[in-house]
Amino acid sequence: MHAKDIYAALERQFPGQVGNFKADALEPYLTVEGSAIVEVCRFLRDSAGLDFQILSDLTALDWPKEEKIQVVYHLFSYAHNHQVVLKVDLPRDNPKIATVEGVWKVANWFEREVYDLFGVIFEGHSDLRRIMLPEDWIGYPLRKDYVEQEEYDGISTQRAPLVEKLLR
Amino acid sequence: MDEAIESQSGLNTEDMTISVGPQHPSTHGVLRFVVKTDGEVIGEAIPDVGYLHRSIEKIGEKVTYHGYVPYTDRADYLAAMFANQAFCMAAERLAGTEVTRRGEFCRVIACELNRIASHLISVGTFGQDIGAMTPFVHALRERETINNLMEEICGARLTYNYIRIGGVGYDIVPETCAKIGAFIDHFEPIVDEFNRLLSGNKIFIERLAGVAVVSREDAFSYNLVGPNLRGSGVKWDIRRDIPYSVYPELEFEVPVGNAHVGKLGDSFDRYWVRIREMQESCKILRQCLKMMPKGPAISKVPRKFRPPAGECYARVEAPRGDMGFYVVSDGSEYPYRVRIRTGSYTAMSIIDKLSKGIMLADLIALIGSLDVDAPEIDR
Repeated sequence: MHAKDIYAALERQFPGQVGNFKADALEPYLTVEGSAIVEVCRFLRDSAGLDFQILSDLTALDWPKEEKIQVVYHLFSYAHNHQVVLKVDLPRDNPKIATVEGVWKVANWFEREVYDLFGVIFEGHSDLRRIMLPEDWIGYPLRKDYVEQEEYDGISTQRAPLVEKLLR
Repeated sequence: MDEAIESQSGLNTEDMTISVGPQHPSTHGVLRFVVKTDGEVIGEAIPDVGYLHRSIEKIGEKVTYHGYVPYTDRADYLAAMFANQAFCMAAERLAGTEVTRRGEFCRVIACELNRIASHLISVGTFGQDIGAMTPFVHALRERETINNLMEEICGARLTYNYIRIGGVGYDIVPETCAKIGAFIDHFEPIVDEFNRLLSGNKIFIERLAGVAVVSREDAFSYNLVGPNLRGSGVKWDIRRDIPYSVYPELEFEVPVGNAHVGKLGDSFDRYWVRIREMQESCKILRQCLKMMPKGPAISKVPRKFRPPAGECYARVEAPRGDMGFYVVSDGSEYPYRVRIRTGSYTAMSIIDKLSKGIMLADLIALIGSLDVDAPEIDR
């Protein structure tokens, strides 16, 4: 199915909750209201003709100028060989969205990574812990304004330039 | 049951919590499991990853497009060529860059050689994991030849930095092509030998048949990809189904699990898919060597590479399955965001579910059969 037909189906089912369809992108994408994400995903997975069996990827983008964090869902269907990209805009100071773990199990780990590196809270997640970094790490590294803490657990994260030290 | 044993014998029984890793040799890199067991039966095995997190995605925001290619090598050091290709494909699509035809063939040749090398490691260490030492040595011996060929192609044996935006770094010269051809002729009978040595071995089969069965539904829900997905009987391969490069012109089979010795989707099926994929790679290589046209290996690409604002999600069929590079450009010299989606990451997330109720020794077989690779999980 073409992306525009998928969008049309979504618009019929969820009027006012989907929008900003970008058909001329390399992978056409659309924006979904955060509150509707679980129903939209479930609809995309379960409707005949759509059958998005897999969540191919889930990640986020940080846009400090627009004050938003965008969660990006790449959905794919083996049955029909088509894909759709969903984006959800969240406020940067309090990014919260419902988990889609109940739709695709793999979301558990994808969402943990986004929580770890972007600080997005996935409500209803069964195990929302950091996955790459230690539990007591401060900050979310993939945010654009991230500044690394100077030391972690008594270990310096900075390295003095050797040559400058030698010249001193 | 425990209480009955306790009251009869006066023995204390309790669940044990064991930390497996972070450097157990069978864990294929630095990763760790916190395993709760009742005797030898696993109650849960919770993966603890992140030991090899090198923030490759963040580095992508700080270097230019050309400069990022060597970093992609490090995402999965056993199959660096595929990360090169996925990233370059994303950059090329963003900028509308053409790849020369010879460049495409060079890419496919390098990638398929790399696939054989990666699968050799996978099946070799898999045998070693469950106690068969000899096949590992045989596998590594063959891989050594591929490493030599790779060195001839691009000067590196592991982290290639060979595929560049617009084509490949160096042409594959006729002498090397002849050597690759000779290697395939030598290698195909070796696969049969390997089957006689390992795949048909009764102990090996009994350790794997019916162990850690992944159903089709679970494979979808956990987004297993590559040989792990095909092991569950799903005939789907990016090279065939979302064709890229010159794969549409090449003839090859997509092997799937067929419950050869146990149940569909068991550990043996996943292993068996890899063995047959090596044979298919040989077929692809042979066709490429024949079809390769003359011409430049790389197209003219500006040094200051600035794709217009946009985003691209390029997927390739790596040895560990669907590898995706989601690259977002804001029109500057640096990518705005690079996201690497890897097969090992999703394969790792299913281990907790599959390990419930299996024996501790089978956990090692399970990890081996999923072919997870720690650097690819952590990036």
